Amino acid sequence: MKGIITVIGKDKVGIIAKVCTYLADEKINILDISQTIVNGYFNMMMIVDISGTSDKFENITSGLESLASEIGVDIRLQNEDIFNCMHRI
Amino acid sequence: MISRLEVQQTNKMIQENNLDVRTITMGISLIDCIDSDIKKLNDKVYDKITKNAESLVSTGNDIERELGIPIVNKRISVTPISLIAASCQNSSYVSIAKTLDKAAKEVGVNFIGGYSALIQKGSTKSDINLVRSIPEALSETQRVCSSVNVGSSKNGINMNAVKKMGEIIKEMAFMTKSEQSIACAKFVVFCNAVGDNPFMAGAFHGIEERETVINVGVSGPGVVKRALKSVRGADFETLCETIKKTAFKITRVGQLVAQEASKRLGVPFGIIDLSLAPTPAVGDSIAEIFNEMGLEQAGAPGTTAALAILNDNVKKGGVMASSYVGGLSGAFIPVSEDHGMIEAVKMGALTLEKLEAMTCVCSVGLDMLAIPGSVSAETISGIIADEMAIGMINNKTTAVRIIPVIGKEVGDTVEFGGLLGYAPIMPVNKFSCDAFIKRGGRIPAPIHSFKN
Repeated sequence: MKGIITVIGKDKVGIIAKVCTYLADEKINILDISQTIVNGYFNMMMIVDISGTSDKFENITSGLESLASEIGVDIRLQNEDIFNCMHRI
Repeated sequence: MISRLEVQQTNKMIQENNLDVRTITMGISLIDCIDSDIKKLNDKVYDKITKNAESLVSTGNDIERELGIPIVNKRISVTPISLIAASCQNSSYVSIAKTLDKAAKEVGVNFIGGYSALIQKGSTKSDINLVRSIPEALSETQRVCSSVNVGSSKNGINMNAVKKMGEIIKEMAFMTKSEQSIACAKFVVFCNAVGDNPFMAGAFHGIEERETVINVGVSGPGVVKRALKSVRGADFETLCETIKKTAFKITRVGQLVAQEASKRLGVPFGIIDLSLAPTPAVGDSIAEIFNEMGLEQAGAPGTTAALAILNDNVKKGGVMASSYVGGLSGAFIPVSEDHGMIEAVKMGALTLEKLEAMTCVCSVGLDMLAIPGSVSAETISGIIADEMAIGMINNKTTAVRIIPVIGKEVGDTVEFGGLLGYAPIMPVNKFSCDAFIKRGGRIPAPIHSFKN
C-alpha cells in the first residue's frame, strides 16, 4: 500500500532527518519527496511504500504523531487512495 | 503521480472546510427473525443485529484513520418493524424498540432506524399497533428512530394516517417535555420514502433490499461554500460548473469509503447518498452557501432558486462519481442543525412558509423545526398534509420532522444538543384547518401516476 505523508510547520534544523530516520526504522520505503519553504514555513510531501513494514497502520500514524509533537510540526500519513479517487478518474 | 497541490487541496477540504463522510449505515433485514412469540422475536433481532454489525464501528474508525477523513456516524437501519412484528399477538411493540436500543448500544452505533410503518394506502392491524406505540417507544429509548410513510405519488395520501401523525407527535412531545420534547426529533413522516436512505431519523431497510447492505451518506456544505467563494460574482454557468466539480470530488471520497467498508465487512455496497448535510458548526452550513451565492440571508427572495441550483448540480456532479446513487440525494435544509438557517429564522428572514416552498426543490422536506408546544395536533397534521402533497404531486421524497416544544413559545430558543443543534421557536399560521383534517379517508393518487 502506498501512503502520502505531509509535513507542515515552522522550518527548523533536522525535520527531514528525523522523519526519514523514523521511516527507515519502520522499514517504510520513500518513493518520492517534494518540499518547499514559503515565508519560513516548511511544507513537505512524501510518497511512501508501507507494504514492507510489519507494524499496524494505526501504530505508524501514532508514532508519527508523537514525532510531530516532538519536532513541533504537523505530520499526517494517509492512504494514497483518498487523493487518487478525488483527483484522478 | 499525485501532486503536492492536489494533496493540499484535499487536506484543506478536510481540515478547514469540514469535509467528512456523514454516515456509514448498515442495512439489516430482519425478515428471518419473524416469530409469533415476541420474546423469541426479540432474541433473534438482538442476535442478528449484534452479529452482523459487530465490527461496523471499529471498521469505520480504521478507515477514518487510514484515509485521514472523519466518518462522523456509524448507524444501522432495519426492516420496518410493523412487518416483522405482524404475526405477534401483542398489541404493543415497545419491547422490540427496547431490543433495538440495546443492540445499538452493544455495537456502539448512535442511531438505529426502522421502527417504521408504510401506510400510504392503508394500515394493517400491525401497522396500527406500531403507530400507536411510537410515542412510548421513542420516549423510553435513546437511539431508536422511527418513520411512517403516509403518502406516495403512486398511491395518494392516507389522510387518516396524517391525522394520526399530528396526534402522536403531540403525544411524544408531552411524554418527553422534560427533555425539550426530544422524541419528536427521532420521528419523521414521509411521502415517497426510500428503502436505502442512510440518514436518520428516516432510515429503514426496505423490503426490496438484500440481507445486509452498506449505504454511505456524504456531506460537505463547507467545501461547496469555499469553492463558490473563489468564483464570487461569476455568472450562473460558472456557479453551476463549480458546484458540479466540487460535488464530484466529495462523492468520490464517499464511494471510496463505501467500497472499503463493504470489502472489509464482507457486506455488499448498496448506494451513495449524495447529500449536503449541514451541522451546527460554523462553515458547515447550507445557508452560508446561499450567502455566498449572493443572498443576504436564507429566506430572501431568490432562495428557492438558489436551492434548486444547488440541489440539481450536486446530483449532476455526484452521479458520475459513484457506481450506485440512491437514498435521498440532494441538499438537506434542517433548521436546528444549520447555524445559518437558525440565524435567518432569528432575524425573521426565514419563515415556515418559505421553508415549505424550498422543500419543493430540496432533497427532503421540513426538517428539525421547533414550533410552540401549544400548536394543535390538527395544525401539525395540516403542515404534514401540505408537505405530503408537495411530494405526491412532484414525484419526490418529502418529509416532516417537527418538534412542538412543550412549554415554549415564539421568542424562546430550544437546545437539543450535539448534531441536532438548537433552534428558535418558529411562529405557525394561527388559522384553523381542523374541519379539513377531520374529514378522514384517503386522497386518491394523482393523475400522473397512471403511466401503464
